[in-house]
Amino acid sequence: MLQVENIHVSYGRVEALHGVSLDVRQGEIVTILGANGAGKSTTLNAICGIFKTTEGAIRFEKEDIHTLAAHAIVARGVAQVPEGRRVFGTLTVRENLNLGAYTCNDKARVADNRQRVYTLFPRLAERVDQLAGTLSGGEQQMLAIGRALMGNPKILLLDEPSLGLAPLLVKAIFETIREINRSGLTVVLVEQNARAALKLAHRGYVMEVGRIVLEDTADRLLADPEVQKAYLGGAR
Amino acid sequence: MDFFLQQLTNGLAVGSIYALIALGYTMVYGVLKLINFAHGDLFAIGAYLGLTLLTAFGLTRFLGPLGVVIVLALMVMGLVAVVGAVLERVAYRPLRQAHRLSAVVSAMGASIFFQNALMLIYGARYKVYPHDILPKNVVSLLGVEVPLVRLLVLLTSVLMMVALYLFIQKTRIGTAIRAAAIDQRAAKLMGINVDRVIMIVFLIGPALGGAAGLMVGLYYGQINFTMGWMYGLKAFTAAILGGIGNIPGAMVGGLLLGVIEAMGAAYLSIAWKDAITFIVLIAILIVRPTGLLGERVAEKV
Repeated sequence: MLQVENIHVSYGRVEALHGVSLDVRQGEIVTILGANGAGKSTTLNAICGIFKTTEGAIRFEKEDIHTLAAHAIVARGVAQVPEGRRVFGTLTVRENLNLGAYTCNDKARVADNRQRVYTLFPRLAERVDQLAGTLSGGEQQMLAIGRALMGNPKILLLDEPSLGLAPLLVKAIFETIREINRSGLTVVLVEQNARAALKLAHRGYVMEVGRIVLEDTADRLLADPEVQKAYLGGAR
Repeated sequence: MDFFLQQLTNGLAVGSIYALIALGYTMVYGVLKLINFAHGDLFAIGAYLGLTLLTAFGLTRFLGPLGVVIVLALMVMGLVAVVGAVLERVAYRPLRQAHRLSAVVSAMGASIFFQNALMLIYGARYKVYPHDILPKNVVSLLGVEVPLVRLLVLLTSVLMMVALYLFIQKTRIGTAIRAAAIDQRAAKLMGINVDRVIMIVFLIGPALGGAAGLMVGLYYGQINFTMGWMYGLKAFTAAILGGIGNIPGAMVGGLLLGVIEAMGAAYLSIAWKDAITFIVLIAILIVRPTGLLGERVAEKV
């Protein structure tokens, strides 16, 4: 469904990604693990067209998307829940959700999606007229995910959805991601919380300083001694 | 009381013109964090284009006063909007990724260019609008005789502001403009074409500025190629006063500044008229740099 082939991305003169390749198949949850600065977020943002690749190709449903502008990529069904949530703080919850459906002109479809988001996150339904900036961190994360779902995406990219949330909330968010995936949505999950991410995912990639260093099924990555040492806090 | 009401209505009329110009500053600042220093000159272009169109087509022969003003306003707004969009494309878009100061210098350059272009085309002397277009009637307001034109200026500006406010608050594109002003990257991730949003802002702002220029021409009767500078500075002050980046703020700031200025000129000294504006600017920058309506909600991280 999504193929990333040997992409390079630079910030000014500094190259952040030195040839990253990924393959995501329909219906999967794929996780990307790695330390801070390994290039996980950069990879997601390259897929979304926020950063331009200097080399390599990104294909989504057999179409080259690395040449497209960010808004055109979203219109093809690639949604991202960005790191730090980035909800529009001075807009209401309702307005934030409507913006998520910006590329969708079908009113009935939008209403359906809204209902689905409210079922997934009843808290958002209670707070439709509240400014997003006044929500708690967990609610903002729900809003960020709900907003991404409003556009009826085919693939959902999540960047550190557990960041800064209480453990109980993290569990709930991960449960929601599993639920969303079961309903047929392909998911790419970037996480610091490697153990939780691997338990949820089907397959995983490990990144180090701008490269993919390991790729395997989630079960085998969980059992890998190197991964355990580096990302899971040692063998248990 | 009579004198006070005269000054108040006068201040509100002038203030509503400041507010229209201030909206252009504040909308551009909202999405680009750039002070468009050429905006005052777009306003001046509006005043000159209004004069040219008025005399060139002899509109007064076919239409009544109201029709003339409406047709004229639509033409001026459309043309100045195009100038604004070209300005964005030529002077600002190539510098989008550059240091912010580069765009400011580019804005100053554009301002000098427009001013000199006006001088070369129309000459350096004051130009006079035909004074027989608008009715000279006075209306009685709370027992005070107020020129009808003054009320029309106020009414037209307020109508435009209300229309803009509804557009920004209620429509899909308006919401996209607000989203792009808050967080451009997140806006892109919603599928918003941020380049197009910026283009729209550079159509709306200059259109309102151009309309303000036309109103000044019609209201005061004479225009000059440097007029954009002083009106621009005052509208900029109004935008800061209301909270730059905040659309209702620009409206409130403009009206308030007009009234302060009119009262200062009436009760202190007319010579202090411009100084009062800049005292307001300095005071607001010291006491409340975010302006009256700036920064409503702190964002939670």
